[in-house]
Amino acid sequence: MSELIKVGMADYKVGRNPSSLISYGLGSCVGIALYDPVTKIGGLAHIMLPDSTQARSTENPAKFADTCLPLMLDDMQKLGASKSRVCAKIAGGAQMFTFANVTDIMRVGERNAESVRLVLKKMDIKILAEDTGGNYGRTVELNLVTGMFRIKTIDKGEKEL
Amino acid sequence: MSEEVLKLTELQLDALKEVGNVGAGNAATALSQIINRKIDMSVPKVAIMPLGDVPDVVGGPDIMVAGVYLRVFGPAPGSILFLLPRESAFYLVDTLMGRNEASETLDAMDESALLEIGNILAGAYLNALSYFTKFTLLPSIPALAMDMAGAILSVILIQLGQMGDHALVIETEFSTEADGVKGHFFLIPDPGSLGTILTAIGVKE
Repeated sequence: MSELIKVGMADYKVGRNPSSLISYGLGSCVGIALYDPVTKIGGLAHIMLPDSTQARSTENPAKFADTCLPLMLDDMQKLGASKSRVCAKIAGGAQMFTFANVTDIMRVGERNAESVRLVLKKMDIKILAEDTGGNYGRTVELNLVTGMFRIKTIDKGEKEL
Repeated sequence: MSEEVLKLTELQLDALKEVGNVGAGNAATALSQIINRKIDMSVPKVAIMPLGDVPDVVGGPDIMVAGVYLRVFGPAPGSILFLLPRESAFYLVDTLMGRNEASETLDAMDESALLEIGNILAGAYLNALSYFTKFTLLPSIPALAMDMAGAILSVILIQLGQMGDHALVIETEFSTEADGVKGHFFLIPDPGSLGTILTAIGVKE
């Protein structure tokens, strides 16, 4: 049955054809879609922070790029996905507010996107497409039938990766 | 659970609620004078909730809102976020600019007006916090964004996410007598600031 599975902030979900995975209102967070085109099994993560080794609280591994993505891939493999076929598409990492002197706190979107790229590289997963940066929010949806990653914004239009 | 916010006692929550009450009261009075309308204010809610649930407080992560964000400097640094649903933001600037017809877009002047409103409200709120804590707390220049609530809230939720998985939300809702303005006011202390505030208002364990 086709289902629309919601992924909250600091969370990830996996699913299979013909469902879709959606995450609403990404700002500085990054949405990572992993997809195996043969089994049509995929996962969507909504990470908040780049690095669990620099945080005080690491109770929720889905919050961080470095701890979330390996877990999600594991769950996909349990459903039957093959790691060698899994590719990634990523979106988000915006800077919502602009200040004259940008502190590290404000640059977190950029750092999130950088960290996601690095983690995926370490996991040996190829990034097929990305839509990151800017100063606007995004809602992202991974269609597990086609592997299309749809990105909706309020006034920057809609696109498919 | 080692999170600071999960260890707050009833007394401490009540004290924070009272600070929120006076702060929001100041802000509501200021807003009422700016737009020359009577403003009703809800009793502040103090809630500790999972980070992911915070966008639901304002109606869900994908609704469009205007957000004015300021940093707070001083002995207890933190962030202030004032969120208005899109219609409220337009109502506010239209009232302020003396327009009778509802606007569809915001021009530079309107944005500047919203920033200034955020500035005044934050100042009024910080006055109360300064009064209770005897700290000098100063707001930064405000920044404005019109976007999805989840995207705007992510800015403060990410800061909280570095410390834990729960947010202490001191939240007040404003409304005018007519349909008018609704707004949400969030005060988010930086890591360590919550303890400093609790000590200063005399309810540290």
